[in-house]
Amino acid sequence: MSSVKIRGLTKTYMRGSERLDVLNNLDLDVKGGDFVALMGPSGSGKTTLLNLIGGIDRPNSGSIFVDNQRIDQLSDRQLAHWRSRNVGFIFQMFNLLPVLSAERNVELPLLLTNMAAAERRSRARTALSLVGLDDRASHKPAELSGGQEQRVGIARAIVTDPGLLLCDEPTGDLDRKAGDEILELLVALNQSQGKTIIMVTHDPHAAERAQRTVHLDKGRLEMDAAA
Amino acid sequence: MKYLRLVRASLMRKKTRTLLTIGSIMIAFLMFGLLSALEKAFTAGVDIAGADRLVTIHKVSLIQSMPLAYYNRIRAVEGVTEVTHATWFGGYYKEPRNFIATFPIEAETYLKIYPELEIPDEQRAAFMQDRAGMAAGYVLAEKYGWQVGDRLPIRSEIYRQDDGSDTWEMTLRAIYRPKDNLGDPTALMMHYDFFNESLPERIRNRAGWYVLRVDNPDNAPQIAEAIDNQFANSSTETKTSTEKAFAAGFANQVGNIGAIVTGVVTAVFFTMLLVTANTMGQSVRERTNELAVLKTLGFTNNRVTVLVLIESLLITAVGGLLGLGLAWLLIQVLGDALRQFLPVFYLPPRDLLIGLALMAIFGLVAGALPAGQALRLRIADALRRGA
Repeated sequence: MSSVKIRGLTKTYMRGSERLDVLNNLDLDVKGGDFVALMGPSGSGKTTLLNLIGGIDRPNSGSIFVDNQRIDQLSDRQLAHWRSRNVGFIFQMFNLLPVLSAERNVELPLLLTNMAAAERRSRARTALSLVGLDDRASHKPAELSGGQEQRVGIARAIVTDPGLLLCDEPTGDLDRKAGDEILELLVALNQSQGKTIIMVTHDPHAAERAQRTVHLDKGRLEMDAAA
Repeated sequence: MKYLRLVRASLMRKKTRTLLTIGSIMIAFLMFGLLSALEKAFTAGVDIAGADRLVTIHKVSLIQSMPLAYYNRIRAVEGVTEVTHATWFGGYYKEPRNFIATFPIEAETYLKIYPELEIPDEQRAAFMQDRAGMAAGYVLAEKYGWQVGDRLPIRSEIYRQDDGSDTWEMTLRAIYRPKDNLGDPTALMMHYDFFNESLPERIRNRAGWYVLRVDNPDNAPQIAEAIDNQFANSSTETKTSTEKAFAAGFANQVGNIGAIVTGVVTAVFFTMLLVTANTMGQSVRERTNELAVLKTLGFTNNRVTVLVLIESLLITAVGGLLGLGLAWLLIQVLGDALRQFLPVFYLPPRDLLIGLALMAIFGLVAGALPAGQALRLRIADALRRGA
């Protein structure tokens, strides 16, 4: 269970000479074990906020605490180590490596540990069976359906057992049925394993599965509602 | 090792492109291997030349002979410990196309000065005792199937005997092997006295060149000068140089082989470098999103950079080793066929090591630019572009 505390978060991009205020003095608290849906129109700063919480982007000002550890001041190297142990990322486009089998994709984060090869494979298999794909371990992404690819993505995100899962439109590229299955899986991970989940989505149907919905607009928190 | 699968999978993403790149690297290193052997063939004499050996030739050119009387005068120069002489005979066996590098020599001193020509003791004694005896390199003997004891007619395209004959009947008494395969194993040596006595009176007692050993190589320049000063302003002036300089001059008669080889190899490698760097650059550009994902998963900037460099090194090593291996194989196969023209034709171990070093250097250089791109890759930007 990972808690997130954000204070005074500001993120600005420069597009040519134009200054874009993507996040503007934003505060947010996410309790450990929460399942939060992050909604808002395009360009409202949802993905940027997710990237900042996941330590793959840096704010211009403000602070981000995950499990009481301030991450916005860590070096690139420290952030990389922190991500490998504490965060699982799930992407809209799955972002699997096409040249590797499902099992090898899931094993990737474990390459950064000192685990023996046999243990890595065993853990990857376990993660795949948790998402119901143990019979597809040797298949490459191109041989899987979109829903199956996203399951592999989820298995990769949970294989190191992180407390925080960050999902960027996880059902955005799936049909309703496959999307529902993915949402079921996320709910199960949240409820049975206590994962804190922050999910960016455009889809109100998907947001309904979260315990709480946070609306962003023009870089500000507009509405915060419990389900 | 745990990343090897990842690296290999990345390289095999575009099999045709990777194989073509490996092919171009292989050709570059094949050329390197063959040209190294060729350079060795032309400069072997330079490499094996003794530092304590000097060669005295006619000042005008190597083909002009000198009086035999110079022998004692050179021997008398301070610092000279041994002198021998040899002459270019222009020999062939039966027909002119069977050319043989044949030298009438003063055997006793010649074999002292060239201890690298190894001859079994009993054959050596037999050769020394028989004035009409010969010593042949083992490759020459193998080529014509000569056995010790064979009586053979050796003809000259330069000299005629007093009776007008161009054929010297001699007995093969010894077969020599150059130590460490660095000498010429295709030459033929005959006794100078036997040769000299058979010539018309007017051209007797001449020597092609003198080879001398000095007591201290550091004094070689002074000794060379002392020798040449002795014969200055005579009808036959001399030019004395180290054997290395002499051999280099001999090799360079067909051009500066070293410079030619270096030029060709540099051009080939430069092209290979561009091809490999282009392949790696393209490969990294295509995988921007994947590299960003690796970083997202916790791969540090350095680790991703090293992975790209390993890819580059691996592709260069595979191509390079295939190329050098193929060169080695070709040299083994062609070596025997070319032995008559290039007695010393092999891939020197030193050049193999240079080849390995070049693989590492080119792998790193070709991978440097894409590795730099991977290092600087910002995750959020790359994911946004890839989305």
